Amino acid sequence: MTAATAQKLPEKFREPAVTPELAAEFGLKGDEYTRVLEILGREPTYTELGIFSVMWSEHCSYKSSRAHLSRLPTKAPWVIQGPGEGAGVIDIGDGQAAIFKMESHNHPSYIEPYQGAATGVGGILRDVFTMGARPVANLNALRFGDPSHPKTRQLVAGVVKGIGDYGNSVGVPTVGGETNFHPAYNGNILVNAMTVGVADTDKIFYSRGASVGQPVVYVGSKTGRDGIHGATMSSAEFTEGDEDQRPTVQVGDPFTEKLLLEACLELMKTDCIVSLQDMGAAGLTSSSVEIAAKGEIGLVMDLDKVPMREAGMVPYEIMLSESQERMLVILKPGREEEANKIFEKWDLDYATIGHTVERRYLTLNMYGKTWCDIPVPPLVDDAPKYMRPTAPSAKPAALDAKASELPAGGLAEALKKIIACPDIASKKWIYEQYDPLVRGETKAGPGAADAAIVRLDGKQKALVMSSDCCPRYVQANAWMGGMQAVAESWRNITAVGGRPLAITNNLNFGNPEKPEIMGQFVDAIDGMAQACKTLEYPVVSGNVSLYNETNGKAILPTPVIGGVGIIDDARKAALMTVKEGQTLLLVGGAGKHLGQSIYAREIHGLETGDVPPVDLKAEKQNGDAVREMITAGIIKACHDVSDGGALVALAEMAMVSDIGIETEGPDDAGFWFGEDQARYIIAVENPDDVKIAHIVLGKVGGDTLMGVPVATLRDLNEGWLPNYMAGKN
Amino acid sequence: MKSVVVVFPGSNREKDMADALERASGHRPKLLWHKETELGKPDLMVLPGGFSYGDYLRCGAIAAHSPVMKEVIRLAQAGTPLLAVCNGFQMLVETRLVPGALLRNASLKFICKQTHLRLESESPTFTSKMKKGDVIHVPVAHGEGNYVVTPDMLKGMNDNGQIAFRYCGQDGRELVDINGSVDSIAGVYNETKTILGMMPHPEDATDATLGNDSAKPFFDGIVAAIAR
Repeated sequence: MTAATAQKLPEKFREPAVTPELAAEFGLKGDEYTRVLEILGREPTYTELGIFSVMWSEHCSYKSSRAHLSRLPTKAPWVIQGPGEGAGVIDIGDGQAAIFKMESHNHPSYIEPYQGAATGVGGILRDVFTMGARPVANLNALRFGDPSHPKTRQLVAGVVKGIGDYGNSVGVPTVGGETNFHPAYNGNILVNAMTVGVADTDKIFYSRGASVGQPVVYVGSKTGRDGIHGATMSSAEFTEGDEDQRPTVQVGDPFTEKLLLEACLELMKTDCIVSLQDMGAAGLTSSSVEIAAKGEIGLVMDLDKVPMREAGMVPYEIMLSESQERMLVILKPGREEEANKIFEKWDLDYATIGHTVERRYLTLNMYGKTWCDIPVPPLVDDAPKYMRPTAPSAKPAALDAKASELPAGGLAEALKKIIACPDIASKKWIYEQYDPLVRGETKAGPGAADAAIVRLDGKQKALVMSSDCCPRYVQANAWMGGMQAVAESWRNITAVGGRPLAITNNLNFGNPEKPEIMGQFVDAIDGMAQACKTLEYPVVSGNVSLYNETNGKAILPTPVIGGVGIIDDARKAALMTVKEGQTLLLVGGAGKHLGQSIYAREIHGLETGDVPPVDLKAEKQNGDAVREMITAGIIKACHDVSDGGALVALAEMAMVSDIGIETEGPDDAGFWFGEDQARYIIAVENPDDVKIAHIVLGKVGGDTLMGVPVATLRDLNEGWLPNYMAGKN
Repeated sequence: MKSVVVVFPGSNREKDMADALERASGHRPKLLWHKETELGKPDLMVLPGGFSYGDYLRCGAIAAHSPVMKEVIRLAQAGTPLLAVCNGFQMLVETRLVPGALLRNASLKFICKQTHLRLESESPTFTSKMKKGDVIHVPVAHGEGNYVVTPDMLKGMNDNGQIAFRYCGQDGRELVDINGSVDSIAGVYNETKTILGMMPHPEDATDATLGNDSAKPFFDGIVAAIAR
């Protein structure tokens, strides 16, 4: 397809005058605007002000978080690329790399759940395939408000459909995720999407590397007026009435994404590409600035040539549009024809819109004049960086002694209640709208095992992936909660027999200008850092989402961990399915800790007590032993003990296997529902094969658990969400 | 065995299908871009699953008019076996090579889950290793798989043995409603049973490592029929 035909500037158009007030409206603080004036030595144009404001937004500059993120361990012998590129890259052997990242799309998804969630998936897919990887798995971590809140149902429906419609259409299996409900998310849901891709280690593409005299090529959807200033929206608190911001939410087109994906992968097989960058948040602005900054060059672009959806667009709109499914590519000189042929095969719009220059400026021409001429290095290097004040969080109140009392009806009654509570209830209603099977390599999708397992094409080796966070732990104790999120991710990868290799993290917090929120953030980072270090589980990519507040009320701090590991032989993986006659053993000791547990909350209405302590040494020791026994074929099925404790874990194994479990153990809430860490339930044929300390929990057989028919448990577990969505509860 | 899997813009299960056919026959099918017009003389043609043209118009409606389809239709009418799965089935009904139409699922939601399929009528081309009444365990993944035909047409199809598969329970005794399809129909033949269109994905049930190779007899049957 051809480039846009030359258009005329709308006759009456004049850029608004730039004033300090306008700068403030654009989200630039007083001293930040002063800095802009110093850098330019003059007043910025309207277009330039827009560019500074998005580049210096929290979303793009990480100005509140940068100083702290540097404390996270990012190195290991298998790390090829840590944070700083579109996604993280790790070596998975045999000349292949896994490329992955998780990213939030919280604010857009609250304003317009379907498109917000859909474009969240689209954006993270592009981050991954931009680097040369074919996406092979999607995961998502969702947090919604109280089920009784009037907006929750509609948000769940919209977000789930948005994620499904996008991922299903592009043909990337959605293999895992998590969903929580809590009133703290009533006005600010969380939609975090993760993509994992696979590339050859000698065919990885970066945004760095451009040099002088190379063509700048635009490919993908036409640019429209959608999503203008989206990055700024994501960098401010919500107030009621912000639904009016709907025009700042972009609209997704998974079909174009699929074409763009295939075209990029085909182009990458040639050697035409110098570097490329997806137009994500802040669109053409951030992609062009990033390429210029990393290449230590400048860019001159003729915006007349940008394929446009609407007539009369002006530079400000073109630069700040967040229209989806677009890519900026730097080609080797003289290779345009070759690239164009591929774009034409895939029916994509494309245009050479500029070239790289030595003078390190971003220069934008349109309608015969220059609209922007700003030096690139200060735009990036002088972005504000704050060491915001922190305050320690209040310690959680001590757990009431009654927390360990059993309800009338005992363990069975407690189990029935917990298995049907929103956080534990089956999320089948959600994941049956996702296609986890496409590409034909999925060994374990949602609900089958502790982590998703997706084989590498043509191999028995498989990727193992999981998404984890327990926000109520982080709220109660940010340091321990941060550590726990990493430990649980590591444990889930381990529980199927995988070797945990690296993580991406998606740090969702409230307003960083409030010291107690910044305190949570800093503590959670320190907890994560310690776990990553001890477990040799580095952070290779991530995303920070701050200002998740509505009317001054913050969400629960939610640092989501997306973990990736490898299992050398998928045939040996341990799923949750048990068989008659197997013995179930608990590794890691008896449960007793009920502080912040699901049991205390659902049975006694208590959200108190400290979180279960994480002992990283025990995590490593127990996990390594379990993994060895899975590899050796001793363990036939495995499930880690997390939300709801050992009895909920057993119930999940019984339900997925459609068989009962005859349990043995004390009549004690802590034993069955305690959420003590570093524990696994393993199913074995012969308990004598297990050489590490363990407690026998029971034997597989019959059709009940704790006297409750497994079919009843399943009805309770699978019934809650569909009934809720149908308005029946 | 020379098989051709046609790839449209938005197709996404061509790999699954190619893997399944290769597993059964030992030969990798040719993936043919929809702008091609020469198919040669294939033993089997496949229209795979996916979201051709984004399903933005009626599913399969645009792909049914792709350049390649003229030749696909000509060969199919002349007796070359044609297997059309999911989005391929949606294209197939658009070409009128089989009767009926596919509407949105009755639930109005995309649905992906394991189902059971009962073979209702044998075809020498597609089911030479299966018997009428056999049950296979095969996933569905579609938003618009709600099969409809007029009562008259349905009677004719039943009389001709053109109903290939129905959704059923695990033991095959009872029919199950998955998406609102009339009479739980999951797949249909043309009059000569050389063309099969079906919504479920047998190609995703052919690998024991992944926990389900229930559709192996289906693909083995196709390969055996072609080898004869």
